[in-house]
Amino acid sequence: MKSQHLKYAVAGLILAAALLPLILGTFATTLLNYIGIATLVALGLVLLTGSGGMTSFGQAAFVGIGAYTSAYLTITFQLSPWVGLLAALTITAMVSAAIGYATLHLGGHYLPITTIAWGLAICLLFGNFEALGRHGGLTHIPPIGLFGFPLERMDQIYYLIWATVLGAIVAAKNLLESREGRAIRALRGGGVLVGSFGVDAFRSKLALFIISALLAAVAGWLYAHMQRFISPSTFDLRSGIEYLLMAVLGGAGYVSGAVVGAIVVILAKNWLQDLLPLLTSNSGNLETITFGLLFILLLQYSPEGIVPSILRRLRSKPGSISRCPASDPALPGRQLPAQGSRLLTVERVTKRFGGLTAVDGVSFEVDAGTILALIGPNGAGKSTTFNLIAGVIEPTAGRIMFSGHDITGASQPTIAALGLARTFQHVKLRPAMSVLENVMLGAYLRTDAGFLKGALRLDKDDALVRELALRSLADVGLRDKALEPAGSLALGQQRLVEIARSLAADPVLIMLDEPAAGLRHAEKQALSVLLQGLRARGVTILLVEHDMPFLMGLADRVVVLDFGRKIAEGLPAEIRADVKVQEAYLGGVA
Amino acid sequence: MDFDIAMLIAQDGISNGAIYAMMALGMVLVFNSTRIIFVPFGDLAAYAALTLGFFQLHQRPGTIWLVLVLALIAFAVEAVELFNRKAGRRIWRAAALNCIVLPCLPCALALIAPPDLPLAAQSALAVAIVLPIGPLLYRIIYKPVANASVLLLLTISVALHFALSGVALLCFGPEGLRTQAFLENDLELGRFTISSQMLMMVIAAAALSVGLYFFFDRTIPGKALKATAMNRNGARLMGIRTHSAGATAFLIATAIAAITGVLISPTTTFYYDSGFMTGLKGFVGATFGGFVGYPAAVVGALVIGVIESVSSFYASALKEVIVFASIIPIVLLRWIAAGSAAPADEVEEG
Repeated sequence: MKSQHLKYAVAGLILAAALLPLILGTFATTLLNYIGIATLVALGLVLLTGSGGMTSFGQAAFVGIGAYTSAYLTITFQLSPWVGLLAALTITAMVSAAIGYATLHLGGHYLPITTIAWGLAICLLFGNFEALGRHGGLTHIPPIGLFGFPLERMDQIYYLIWATVLGAIVAAKNLLESREGRAIRALRGGGVLVGSFGVDAFRSKLALFIISALLAAVAGWLYAHMQRFISPSTFDLRSGIEYLLMAVLGGAGYVSGAVVGAIVVILAKNWLQDLLPLLTSNSGNLETITFGLLFILLLQYSPEGIVPSILRRLRSKPGSISRCPASDPALPGRQLPAQGSRLLTVERVTKRFGGLTAVDGVSFEVDAGTILALIGPNGAGKSTTFNLIAGVIEPTAGRIMFSGHDITGASQPTIAALGLARTFQHVKLRPAMSVLENVMLGAYLRTDAGFLKGALRLDKDDALVRELALRSLADVGLRDKALEPAGSLALGQQRLVEIARSLAADPVLIMLDEPAAGLRHAEKQALSVLLQGLRARGVTILLVEHDMPFLMGLADRVVVLDFGRKIAEGLPAEIRADVKVQEAYLGGVA
Repeated sequence: MDFDIAMLIAQDGISNGAIYAMMALGMVLVFNSTRIIFVPFGDLAAYAALTLGFFQLHQRPGTIWLVLVLALIAFAVEAVELFNRKAGRRIWRAAALNCIVLPCLPCALALIAPPDLPLAAQSALAVAIVLPIGPLLYRIIYKPVANASVLLLLTISVALHFALSGVALLCFGPEGLRTQAFLENDLELGRFTISSQMLMMVIAAAALSVGLYFFFDRTIPGKALKATAMNRNGARLMGIRTHSAGATAFLIATAIAAITGVLISPTTTFYYDSGFMTGLKGFVGATFGGFVGYPAAVVGALVIGVIESVSSFYASALKEVIVFASIIPIVLLRWIAAGSAAPADEVEEG
């Protein structure tokens, strides 16, 4: 019922938008065209900044590359603007790939700083090329022809602009809900998590960077052929910042935020330009000042933007997943190794951080279908050992073999692809994403739909992933929480979501870092049953845990670390009786 | 290119580099103590230079009114907070002193001073007038969001730069100004003439970098500032007043900006928006230095200065393009030098 209403509302809105130019005058239509073009750029920033966590002040430079490429080709060689579009997209893709390749390795604030620098450099370049008309720019740009009909007037190109915007919005929304889109949304907050289920974070960032640059290039192409005249000042750093302002103001995490932000900023600018000259003769400066101050006030009082603050007021409880999985998920499963065969070999592995030796020549083996517990006092090097095996950090010395492959120094995604899934000592979930989406992330490597398939909603496997994730959640007893934001769960439950996420990966080996911490007694028992069930199915489990009673009934073998060294290994009962272990834990008093 | 031209380019590069080094040092200082990338740093330098220029034209610079307005806003913001906290009289008195009396003192001096002050007094007054702008901006703009992410702070800084350059246009108008030289005599060393202006810049930059290095690595207040940037909560637990640390950092940085502005004002014509580009180049230099180390920032800034003077010799139209584009190879080099490991500053959130 509700979605039906929504459909009617959207259809009505589109119809109204189609009629607008007939009612409005040229000035208002022109304003709407500007809004549409800006929306495209802001949409790229919603993807890049709001979803992927990368801030760019330089998008205007890509708008400029799109505009100048097509303008130059259509003026100089009388090519069709559609050929111009193709060239604009190609060149923008190349430039953004080069810039992205050089700068996206940078974390934190370095990346946005570099965007200021190359944004400036590219814009200055436009003003220094004789062929591009230097600071005067290019004039007499031909209009875009559609089926032989030139879109010369503002109310004609209006339809092309807004059809493009609509298409881009739908594609962006689809993309964000797809397999690659979930990975992109998980990028924010660091690459270790996404790496653990096989996402190459750099590749995702680069793809996202190029996509947002291409959206900007399309906007530039539309601008050049609408305005029929371009000059460098349109593409300067200030415009780049305005685009960012639109995304931030609208709500950088939301696709609709791009539209809202573009509308508000362009109307506000237009309004300021009308209003300020009435108050003062210095209107030009006051516009800049007012604009800067409004932006600051907004960031101070509502850093999330308009759309989320409206949504928060409207939002009802998350829906429920009443529909049961109709069929068994038919995703191909992994062939588990024979019970008892050697699965993981850690050979004299050492890790030094500067002067500190966190792990010192540790060796142990894990056989398929068994549970090995890694215990030891705080600071013994357990979590470091986990990170070494998972490929988060590289060992200083030693060798690690997994499933017959030497994985020493291999990357996280490579190791994940071999069938390793893990949880983290400090829970790593994406709190704003739903529990279900967090679990679906775990199955990233089980399907292969790329960005295009995601944007066009052609990924048939995603429904299977969803059902599979629901089943993993059912396994840990959290199915009824599936649609809640992961951040709203209690810590113990968040640990269980991490376990469900690693189950969704169909792993050969699961590494669980303190899974029972924060669980109540009944939950611990349920977890123990779950882990035993996994072992019975042939899944191998490596555990770090402090809860001894929980471990003793569960583990097949125990390895004890102390100050980075292995001090004992054996059956749980042997370890309990071991004097060295008691000394390590109790300081020799026992 | 013969030897004389090479020397000329080198000298030009080093004196530019010294300017960028001061900019870089100021930005690194602010970043190290507040995590704020203070983009409007260069604007403050321009404010000081133009304020001095106005004194020399025997006009009242608009910065006086700017400081008065900022002081009133800061006091109003502070008053709301103190009122809600039901603060005692002593705190009110301190607020009035910090927000109103101290910032307005140099302005009052400027209003009553005779127009034909000696150059040194004019320069000192210009620095003194600009000095409170940084801390007042910190109080009004940054303090309410001091715990926000680096990215949010950066975005605010960029917006602030636009507001400040608009204010500069309002205060000083669109015309450029160039002030009288401090030292007329140049040093003659055999065949070469070394401009004393340049020598002054280089000495100032060197003294500053050494001073900052010692301040942050050897003194308790410096370490407190550093700790505040690394972990605000941790610093507070150790008894460091994080907000006053922020204000201190802004005060020192504004002093650096103002002194730099005054020092370079005789060498180049300053416009209301010149500061931004100069600041940005310092910024590129600071990036070269990884935005953390003082000596590295100076080296980076010098490299940028030399790149600029070499490229203005060979391709003067493209000089800015080359300078800003050089950030990409710089960043690449840094990345290669750091190895393929994940950048250390990547914050893993829960």
